Amino acid sequence: MPTKVKKNHRKEERSLFALGNEAVVEGALLAGCSFFAGYPITPSTEIAEIMAERLPKRPDGVFIQMEDEIASLGAVIGASLAGRKSMTATSGPGFSLMQEHIGYASMTEVPLVIVNVMRGGPSTGLPTSPAQGDVQQARWGTHGDHPIIVLSASDVQECLDMTVRAFNLSEKYRSPVILLLDEITAHTREKIQIPNRETYEIFSRIKPSMPPEWFVPYEESMRGVPPMPALGEGYRFHVTGLTHDVNGYPTSRPEEVEKLMQRLFRKIDQFFYDIQIVEETACEDAEVVVIAYGCVARSAHLAVLQARELGVRAGLLKLKTLFPFPRPAVERLIRQCRTVIVPEMNMGQMSREVKRVNNGLSSVRTLNRIDGQIITPAEILKVLQKA
Amino acid sequence: MAEVTQLIHHYLRHNKRFPHVLCPGCGHGIVLGSLVRSVHQLGLTKDEVVLVAGIGCSGRIAVYVDFNTVHTTHGRALTFATGIKMANPRLKVIAVMGDGDALSIGGNHFLHAARRNIGVTALILNNNIYGMTGGQSSSTTAENCYSTTSPYGQQEQSFDIVELAKAAGAPYVARSTVLHVKLLDRIITTALERPGFNLVEVLTPCHTQFGRKNKFKTTVDMYKWYKKNAIPLDSLSKLPQEEQQQRTPIGIFVEENRPSLEERYAAITCRLEEASK
Repeated sequence: MPTKVKKNHRKEERSLFALGNEAVVEGALLAGCSFFAGYPITPSTEIAEIMAERLPKRPDGVFIQMEDEIASLGAVIGASLAGRKSMTATSGPGFSLMQEHIGYASMTEVPLVIVNVMRGGPSTGLPTSPAQGDVQQARWGTHGDHPIIVLSASDVQECLDMTVRAFNLSEKYRSPVILLLDEITAHTREKIQIPNRETYEIFSRIKPSMPPEWFVPYEESMRGVPPMPALGEGYRFHVTGLTHDVNGYPTSRPEEVEKLMQRLFRKIDQFFYDIQIVEETACEDAEVVVIAYGCVARSAHLAVLQARELGVRAGLLKLKTLFPFPRPAVERLIRQCRTVIVPEMNMGQMSREVKRVNNGLSSVRTLNRIDGQIITPAEILKVLQKA
Repeated sequence: MAEVTQLIHHYLRHNKRFPHVLCPGCGHGIVLGSLVRSVHQLGLTKDEVVLVAGIGCSGRIAVYVDFNTVHTTHGRALTFATGIKMANPRLKVIAVMGDGDALSIGGNHFLHAARRNIGVTALILNNNIYGMTGGQSSSTTAENCYSTTSPYGQQEQSFDIVELAKAAGAPYVARSTVLHVKLLDRIITTALERPGFNLVEVLTPCHTQFGRKNKFKTTVDMYKWYKKNAIPLDSLSKLPQEEQQQRTPIGIFVEENRPSLEERYAAITCRLEEASK
């Protein structure tokens, strides 16, 4: 009797006509996410809805709709402590509510992924219109000084790739990772390739290998990232948002506080080149460079190609990592070119970073739109021609 | 006595720098003792117990015991506990909160945890005041009581935690004071044994912040007041009507059996798995 061959779709590469939000779910599942807690908010809701359908069908998959965004991130932190790769998705107002817990996750070094599909604001603002107003909130929204990793995506395939990357970075560096999307990227439907699991390098947190009696939960090491056991695995330790010593107990002794804070920063600084990713188009001989991210980067891409046809030596630097700010890549282009143009759908949250790096080396022009409308290629082209 | 000491050393963290943060006369240590005895009596291992605590004096007790302990943000202990329980239903999750923690800032989470019937034992250590922050009114500070934010007497009505939990649908609701330790041991043990959301309210004195402002000369006076005021639930009905309202009933108020959220969720995943075969 022939053995029954079970069809395994996951092994094969397949293509899908998907929304950006749908691609986020695919990416998360590829990366091994098995816990989602969230609260509905436009324009991120599809992520929760698709998760609600997909997760219960997977072994150990858990979806739970919480009472608000604060509770959602609380549950995500709890699940991650219990050993799950966990995520939540939200939009501007919900993201604001999550800030205290983002700080908690940074302090306690709990890996998790937060997708923020940005919408117009402040306040309830423009729920169904695109914006890029949460860039600095993602960096500095929570209180206290802390490092953070913020990524972005500009098309549907990238939504998938960057979600996988977000999980990998969070697990590698035991840090919350924020994926910033905009309404256009999240609601665009495009054909994407869903690769099989082997295509991606999937990283999971390193667990302690020593016997529990020897385990020091926040020990200094070369990597700066301590191994992380799950609750209930025999490594009992104290997790607290208070500044803690290497054993995890609250402390306010200056030498212990300093040591912890320095390590938190160092683990991100040390691996800066692993975290930083940018994409360059026609930058080799560019005199004018557009620096853009999210859906604006797509407009900029077309504008740069059109400008080249018109004889302008234009280039595009697309930022995929927003924070830590990819300073080396930006600085190199600033030194090379005459003018830098930063178009974005806010009043200049990223151009502020570019200007900081620029330090008077070349001229920085901004192109801002805050009326809930996309920045078109024609608008960018106009500025490119004048530059 | 030796037996008690052994128990303490088994469950307390030996590498934690003592002394603890609690004031003389505080009841929180009694609750911790009761919790440890209950865990011990049920034969739970230290590895399978997760103690989640909020912020404040009650939040600090998680530091001292050798379980898996998570000291969370203010008012959100139950949200963390929900995530932990759903992620790993085999763990015995206990949430320890204060009254300000659980019902003021965390009121919404409390109602929803009870409604969902998530498998968490919630201990609310109710001292009717914000202790660690310096004695401000909480949502259980009784009318006309004094606090640093109600220097002319509290104008608002206070919450009855038991009634609130009953209304939100908690299947097990019990209350004791730290003076009634036998009852406290019994209700915590029962709560830990049961599936679903179990609420135990413990009335515990805060002499430093509450007592001194409200004409309790010593800590002992506060315990005496608990003794005079608290009454077992079955004796309550024997009292005249007007006296009933003056007293605080203690005991078990609700004890029902309902499947917990994680059990219901597991049933769905089972059904989906069957369907896909």
